[in-house]
Amino acid sequence: MSNTIIKVQHLSKRFGTFQAVKDVSFEVNKGDVFGFLGPNGAGKSTTIRCLLSLIKADAGSLELFGKNLSTDRNEILRQTGSIIEKPDFYKYMSARKNLEVFARISGADVDASDIQNMLEFVGLGDRGPHKVGGFSHGMKQRLGIAQTLLHNPELIILDEPTTGLDPQGIIEVRNLILKLKNEQHKTILLSSHQLSEIELIANRMVIINKGVSIVEGEVAELLNSTELMVSYEVENANDLVNYLTNAKPALHFQVISDRIVEIALNKNEVPALTEELIHACIQIHAIEPKRKLEDYFMKIIAS
Amino acid sequence: MLRKNTYNEFVKILSKPRSFLGIGALTLLILLIIFAMKADGKSIISFVTASFEQTLSFNGHILNGYLIAFIILQMLIVHVPLLVALVTGDLISGEATMGTIRMLATKPISRTKIVLSKFIAGAIYTLILILWMGFLAVIVSQWIFGTGDLIVLNSDGLTILQEQDILWRFGAGFLVAYLALLTVSSLSICLSAFAENSIGPIVATMAIIILFTIIGTLDVSIFDTIKPYLFTTHMASWRSFFENPVDMGAIMESVVILVVHNILLVALAIWKFNRKDITS
Repeated sequence: MSNTIIKVQHLSKRFGTFQAVKDVSFEVNKGDVFGFLGPNGAGKSTTIRCLLSLIKADAGSLELFGKNLSTDRNEILRQTGSIIEKPDFYKYMSARKNLEVFARISGADVDASDIQNMLEFVGLGDRGPHKVGGFSHGMKQRLGIAQTLLHNPELIILDEPTTGLDPQGIIEVRNLILKLKNEQHKTILLSSHQLSEIELIANRMVIINKGVSIVEGEVAELLNSTELMVSYEVENANDLVNYLTNAKPALHFQVISDRIVEIALNKNEVPALTEELIHACIQIHAIEPKRKLEDYFMKIIAS
Repeated sequence: MLRKNTYNEFVKILSKPRSFLGIGALTLLILLIIFAMKADGKSIISFVTASFEQTLSFNGHILNGYLIAFIILQMLIVHVPLLVALVTGDLISGEATMGTIRMLATKPISRTKIVLSKFIAGAIYTLILILWMGFLAVIVSQWIFGTGDLIVLNSDGLTILQEQDILWRFGAGFLVAYLALLTVSSLSICLSAFAENSIGPIVATMAIIILFTIIGTLDVSIFDTIKPYLFTTHMASWRSFFENPVDMGAIMESVVILVVHNILLVALAIWKFNRKDITS
């Protein structure tokens, strides 16, 4: 059986005169936590909605579990759980009743104890009889995750699952995703604005911009493929600046404070430069790579 | 899956306070009519019969349960569509407003089945509404006022129906009235498939009923060709069961037109919902 869970090829979608998605292609493999990145309006939500058959694509192909979405929709959705932006529930019904309603049409046999176990899994064990109308955004988000997992799907699609959450809520959702990845080995497609979050939990990613996929691959490989900013904390920044200006005129650097200078380097240039600096009697207190997904993301988008 | 989602839809209807608001309002209105007839029914009846008393003599138990039931049905069948639309009008658009449409449409159930289950749940709610109305109007009225012959004032004069010849007419009348209300339910669900807010389809349903009713009552020749095909023309067809003899041909024509309306409206809702991009 193929290892590919999601295969999107040359997807495009237009709303009237607005081209929301022009040419998006990517593949998600079994067991991936796949980061789906792009600035606002890049076409992330439209792509995800197409994947879940909420929106009909104008062109391109969408395959999930090796099946075509247009012909095997129900079979695909039976193995898929999702949260699109914020999860919304019937607020006049209790948390338990909401889960019962969605479980009934999820294509799996779920009984009352499964629902209670799921509520406990997401930390809402004692909230089952309470109406959702009184829930905070974080609680709804956790209930959304419970709804997503109730029928034990193989693929979980989360579109901006931490939007609007407080820091504690973000950590809770992140830990839940890690739990799903590590304990249940789910395949997760995660669209998020929290780039640090993607960096922490995703193993593969795609970046899209203006409806086009720009780069796709292993997160670690992509981040290592470009220059990174290395922060040197030294006794006196002026000494380092003088040395770099005279001995390494080709290097780009930035003075952060009277003790910290950030230098743009390839990863393999760091040991040699550090050795040279030591020989030049520049006292180094700390070296910290400042490579961040944010930097990489901004560079990709700008280019 | 259709059965499971129909059950879901019915659970949702029963969980909404507005569903009971309709039943409560109906109960209150019927009890109010019964109370008014109990308190001052005789003078109301004599006011109606006064114009015939020069030629006819009225004896017996005229103010009986059947007459009250007939008056209730006549008065309320105009207002019940609002109660139906109040619940069925947001069955689809209400999900869009709440955002639950996203969750519903990403489940392994076809959009056609989603619309059909909403239609069936709406039909069950409408049935409960009309059965409750029937229970209050016929059973409770009989219990309070007793039984007797029914005197009905029709456009061509008075019709007197024998006591033992009435109950089946109410049964058949409520059935045709149900079909008319089902058309209202289908119309509001259909409009709901086109809308993104809850209130729009409810208001639009009532506006269409009012507009069609006005067209139906206007004595303008250009409307004559469309009048027979407006569903509102056939909403009072239940009344034909209280004529003697019963014009079964006219009733069957009304039934066919109402059934065709239902089929077309549900088909239109399915077509629209299947084509809809869910962006809310």
